[in-house]
Amino acid sequence: MDLPVLFNDPPASPSGGCAANSCGSSDDQLGHLPEAIRDKVFNHPCYSEDAHHYFARMHVAVAPACNIQCHYCNRKYDCANESRPGVVSEVLSPEQAVKKVKAVAAAIPQMSVLGIAGPGDPLANPQRTFDTFRMLSEQTPDIKLCVSTNGLSLPESVEELSKHNIDHVTITINCVDPEVGAKIYPWIFWQNRRIRGIEAARILIEQQQRGLEMLVERGILVKVNSVLIPGVNDEHLKEVSRIVKEKGAFLHNVMPLIAEAEHGTFYGLTGQREPSHAELQALQDACAGDMNMMRHCRQCRADAVGLLGEDRGAEFTLDKIDAMEIDYAAAMETRARVHADIAEELAQRRQHGPAPVPILQASGPTALMAVATKGGGLVNEHFGHAREFLIYEASPAGVRFIGHRRVETPYCEGDSSCGEGESALAKIIDALEGCRAVLCAKVGYEPWSALENAGIQPNGEHALEPIEEAVLALYQELLEAGKLTDDVAQQRQSA
Amino acid sequence: MALEIIDSCVNCWACVPVCPNDAIYQAQPHFLIDADKCTECVGDHDEAQCASICPIEGAILDELGDALNPPGSLTGILLSAGELPSSIPQDIR
Repeated sequence: MDLPVLFNDPPASPSGGCAANSCGSSDDQLGHLPEAIRDKVFNHPCYSEDAHHYFARMHVAVAPACNIQCHYCNRKYDCANESRPGVVSEVLSPEQAVKKVKAVAAAIPQMSVLGIAGPGDPLANPQRTFDTFRMLSEQTPDIKLCVSTNGLSLPESVEELSKHNIDHVTITINCVDPEVGAKIYPWIFWQNRRIRGIEAARILIEQQQRGLEMLVERGILVKVNSVLIPGVNDEHLKEVSRIVKEKGAFLHNVMPLIAEAEHGTFYGLTGQREPSHAELQALQDACAGDMNMMRHCRQCRADAVGLLGEDRGAEFTLDKIDAMEIDYAAAMETRARVHADIAEELAQRRQHGPAPVPILQASGPTALMAVATKGGGLVNEHFGHAREFLIYEASPAGVRFIGHRRVETPYCEGDSSCGEGESALAKIIDALEGCRAVLCAKVGYEPWSALENAGIQPNGEHALEPIEEAVLALYQELLEAGKLTDDVAQQRQSA
Repeated sequence: MALEIIDSCVNCWACVPVCPNDAIYQAQPHFLIDADKCTECVGDHDEAQCASICPIEGAILDELGDALNPPGSLTGILLSAGELPSSIPQDIR
């Protein structure tokens, strides 16, 4: 029997429409989409799970002002060390932003997308946002433009957005019920007044839904972001997913709440808990029946630069850019070449799909596997260098991408001479909770035994192989070796 | 007659585009209001626009030096701790 590689839909989901592998496509969650939409997003790292291994993106922080307050946001956003939405190091003028985009696109030819995502709300800074888009449309016509908004000012901005040929918009929609909204948004600034409570949430929801409808009417692709807040909107997000899909959003991205007390947000300070990995996955699976779900979001900063999961922003501060000598015309040619090569590789992958893997046993448990990767769709990162792990679910029905888990300090960056290496390792093992194995390019002796003791099988034998094939192969190896039974994991954990 | 931004300002820019008089300007260590231009929005709006969009309690003062957004009035964090001063008007609770 051949194992298919599944993406997005849970193997047993009866309501998931056609499974990706039976639709003539086995590339990623976009397999559900009409050809025209796939053509638009194939090189957008935030929309295509496939593209995010190859194409890079950047955000420019030209939009500081915001017109609403969310309980998960602290508006004191200036921070160099945190990686989460709403945080930046420096606010740029539109002119500075254009200069930065051109410098980054010259240095990183994989760059395909420029987004404006804050740190406030781009549409609450219409002058700065649209000045930036106008200049970029002229000066870097090969870079796709996109924008992310809370939706409050969206209806009045749709006309201007469509002028700039922006074919992607992300709206953050956390609720469709004002009573739920009142627990997430304490106030909005609307028609020259501060409005609070349920009335504020009602207006915001109305504007978001109207904006969504208007964008869809104009053929602009809409992705919906939702923040999963346990006890506040967790069950409700299933309805959100259903409604936004009905209205024509093409992708739904459910992200976990980030709420640490030290971030100074309302939720952080009042002890609102974050969802567990399992809760996030369960909700994404529940929504997947109705919607193309997105699972590779990295919740990046409003000034992030590079491949998803990496941030090279520090290489492109304003003073460093001033010192660079750049041949913009040559850079655009290089970009065209690099993009064409990647497009070809992706097309080939789509056509051929991953190599079929024979399997001996037709039944077996579902197992989560972690993968250390630097990009390119390969198992190619050392365990000790990984800043995040991609999580795949393997079963006899195939393999599907589930999400990613970030680690605070890579194992090799912890200082083992003062015990930090050990605590870094303990935190990584915590982050890999629920995983049966971790695939990487290499694993050192010490983390190897600690991982084994925690019931997580380390594996370096599939180094440099394509991720899905490697996960499938390891799944079968573990299955055949009898290492995937619950007893084995429990014995190890109690050992 | 003018409002004032004080040092609890976090430089979030929200007030800049909503001022009808272009009275707010970037300065170090925080944004400031040009007292010659500020009208407290009288004649333009019912509420002072900067204070209506400012997310930080206590950062904008009226001409008497009183906070237009007193502690607890925006975040509700003090509210939940039961520390809301009784001086806060009912309509902003």
